[in-house]
Amino acid sequence: MSELRQIAFYGKGGIGKSTTSQNTLAAMCHYYGKKILIVGCDPKADSTRLILHEKAQSTIMQLASEAGTVEDLELEDVCKPGAGEFNPEDEEITEGYIMCTESGGPEPGVGCAGRGVITAINFLEEEGAYDDELDFVSYDVLGDVVCGGFAMPIREGKAQEIYIVMSGEMMAMYAANNISKGILKYANTGGVRLAGLICNARMTDKEYDLSKNLAEQIGTQMIHFVPRSNHVQRAELRRMTVVEFAPSSDQAMEYKELARKIIANDLKVIPNPLEMDDLETLLMEFGLEEEVEADAIGKRAEEA
Amino acid sequence: MVSGTLQEIQNKAIEEVLEKYPEKARKNRAKHLGVDSPEGVKGACDTTKSNKQTVPGVMSERGCAYAGSKGVVWGPVKDMIHISHGPVGCGQYSRAGRRNYYVGHTGIDTFVTMNFTTDFSEKDIVFGGDKKLKKALEEIDVLFPLNNGISIQSECPIGLIGDDIQAVAKVHKKDSSKPTVAVSCEGFRGVSQSLGHHIANDVIRDEIMPDTSARQDFVTTDYDVAVIGDYNIGGDAWGSRLLLEEMGLRVIAQWSGDASYKELAIAPKAKLNLLHCYRSMNYISRHMEQEFGIPWMEFNFFGPTKTTESIRKIAEFFGPEIQEKAEKVIAKYTAMTDAVKEKYKPKLEGKKVMLYVGGLRPRHVIGAYEDLGMEVIGTGYEFAHGDDYKRTKEDISGSTLIYDDVNELELETFVKRLKPDIVGSGIKEKYVFQKMGLPFRQMHSWDYSGPYHGYDAFAVFAKDMDLALNSPVWSHTKAPWETEEEGA
Repeated sequence: MSELRQIAFYGKGGIGKSTTSQNTLAAMCHYYGKKILIVGCDPKADSTRLILHEKAQSTIMQLASEAGTVEDLELEDVCKPGAGEFNPEDEEITEGYIMCTESGGPEPGVGCAGRGVITAINFLEEEGAYDDELDFVSYDVLGDVVCGGFAMPIREGKAQEIYIVMSGEMMAMYAANNISKGILKYANTGGVRLAGLICNARMTDKEYDLSKNLAEQIGTQMIHFVPRSNHVQRAELRRMTVVEFAPSSDQAMEYKELARKIIANDLKVIPNPLEMDDLETLLMEFGLEEEVEADAIGKRAEEA
Repeated sequence: MVSGTLQEIQNKAIEEVLEKYPEKARKNRAKHLGVDSPEGVKGACDTTKSNKQTVPGVMSERGCAYAGSKGVVWGPVKDMIHISHGPVGCGQYSRAGRRNYYVGHTGIDTFVTMNFTTDFSEKDIVFGGDKKLKKALEEIDVLFPLNNGISIQSECPIGLIGDDIQAVAKVHKKDSSKPTVAVSCEGFRGVSQSLGHHIANDVIRDEIMPDTSARQDFVTTDYDVAVIGDYNIGGDAWGSRLLLEEMGLRVIAQWSGDASYKELAIAPKAKLNLLHCYRSMNYISRHMEQEFGIPWMEFNFFGPTKTTESIRKIAEFFGPEIQEKAEKVIAKYTAMTDAVKEKYKPKLEGKKVMLYVGGLRPRHVIGAYEDLGMEVIGTGYEFAHGDDYKRTKEDISGSTLIYDDVNELELETFVKRLKPDIVGSGIKEKYVFQKMGLPFRQMHSWDYSGPYHGYDAFAVFAKDMDLALNSPVWSHTKAPWETEEEGA
């Protein structure tokens, strides 16, 4: 076996992080026999449902709350094998497997979700969830790096490679740039590196070029441009990944290609995030927005 | 040996400590240190910077906002239960640490020395603790049905995870029909316990003062006073109360040593608020003045001279009848206090004192020392504001070293250079100075003695100082070969 690689998926909320990450990880397992542990770091706990074919798995924090403290839990309680071909016992299609955990956390508006992530990751490490068998540990982290808890996966000794899921929309690019700033902060103290942008296409104008250009300016690559496909949603409704649902579809091949690139990826950089002005300039260069005169700022369309 | 006048020695000592700092810290600390005397113009009492962030890295004696609210203002209210919301430590380590004496059956109708806490664990941080708090409040009412209300005292994590304690309090108040108040006194707020006092005062203003149920049928007299800012350390407030009653006044409320909820609620019926600890309760005194038109007066019951002055000032407010009684009270006790002076002065006369405490004591106890012929040559506050230092000017009588939020380096250096005969400060300083061979009194809790307020208490104060200073133990603290003092 090769050395354990720890990767993480970040990106703006609603961009399709969990879907993209699960489909990609499924492809890494299905086509390349990789052994993977998913650590969901989102109170919504939807980072493993496609792998488990379940609605939502019991989370570490939820179980800890029922048991009293996190120390009362056993690894088996919180770490579940994937369904079907992703189960370690099932070697028919692939020798690879996917183990699933979710940190979990409070309902919106109460408590501290960030602390939940910290507690959960510490628990997994102490209990030896990151065993020698594994090829990859993958963290799926919620929307934005809002506090220290959600930066936990990129601290020293955790994820070394970050993949940012984004699209050609302004706010998604803005979020990608912001996440790069978070990576930059920890890059100098730990070993975290930006490994690429994954464009989960919304089919907006000039999306490919825009994303590629942003990636280059930040100093990284657009590792893959995942086109839009109805297979993704159809599979998702069946709580399945595309590689299981439609293994011979074009979309499955896209995820296979992304999986291959991630496995082979050796471009890991300290990002060079853009200033807000530069980001706006980028959008204008691609003709998405016309240059706005200084006196037009803040004016409504009919006023201008 | 540093020679020169006291003032020169004091100024030199400041220079000496400042020299040791890096430039930024020196600039900062220089503003907190100074020398003043009664004749001084724009001296340290007028110019000292205070209520500022402590220099990181030095050992500070300050407390936190939670200490100011739970430990000082709310904690002594005896028939209410004060629940520390958060992890167990803040409540447990502050339990019964302040000697706020009270009368009652602990655990039945009074609760001051008990610790109530929501005892947070990891899961409460992650999922929020408001449900646990609600349950705790309900348990309190089942287990301690004679409580007259609950205050929720926030610890640090609550301010981070955002538990809506005000909403929990509101619901519980409705369900239990007992006063339930939430105090957001998270320890990280502000620079010292001082903000905690202010926050606690504001909650009294917003939650207790509007409750008219206790005072609507309260029959008042023309001589009703409320004692504000006396925490009854070692029974201080009781002594004060006796004197005030002897001079014909009726004490309707004691805030908050040995206080009940009702005393908080009826205070607006007083004719005069008598404010002892200005720092911790000036806010609510000002509020009662604005809202209910109750004047307030600061007073000082440490030592016979100040006590007599204060009694006359209070009596003057109420007119000839009370003044006449006041003079009788003064006359009655003066013989006793004169005897105390006569007994102890020969042993204490000329002895020099340095103080470092909080609240009102750095200035209020000066008079009591002077009654014994002693001289305070240095004093400082942990968490004062500018108005405290201005008031200090009225109490100093010679060249006095003034130090705000002093740290261990500074206080040790000052003591070594000024060579006081006794130091009065807190528990953390006590053993440092005793090991230096210096008599010491712990002046936060009266070193487990007291009370110190009023005429009778002066005898206790004098005896305590004599015991500390003239104990034969001090003759054994020097090795036989150390014939001369350090620095001599």
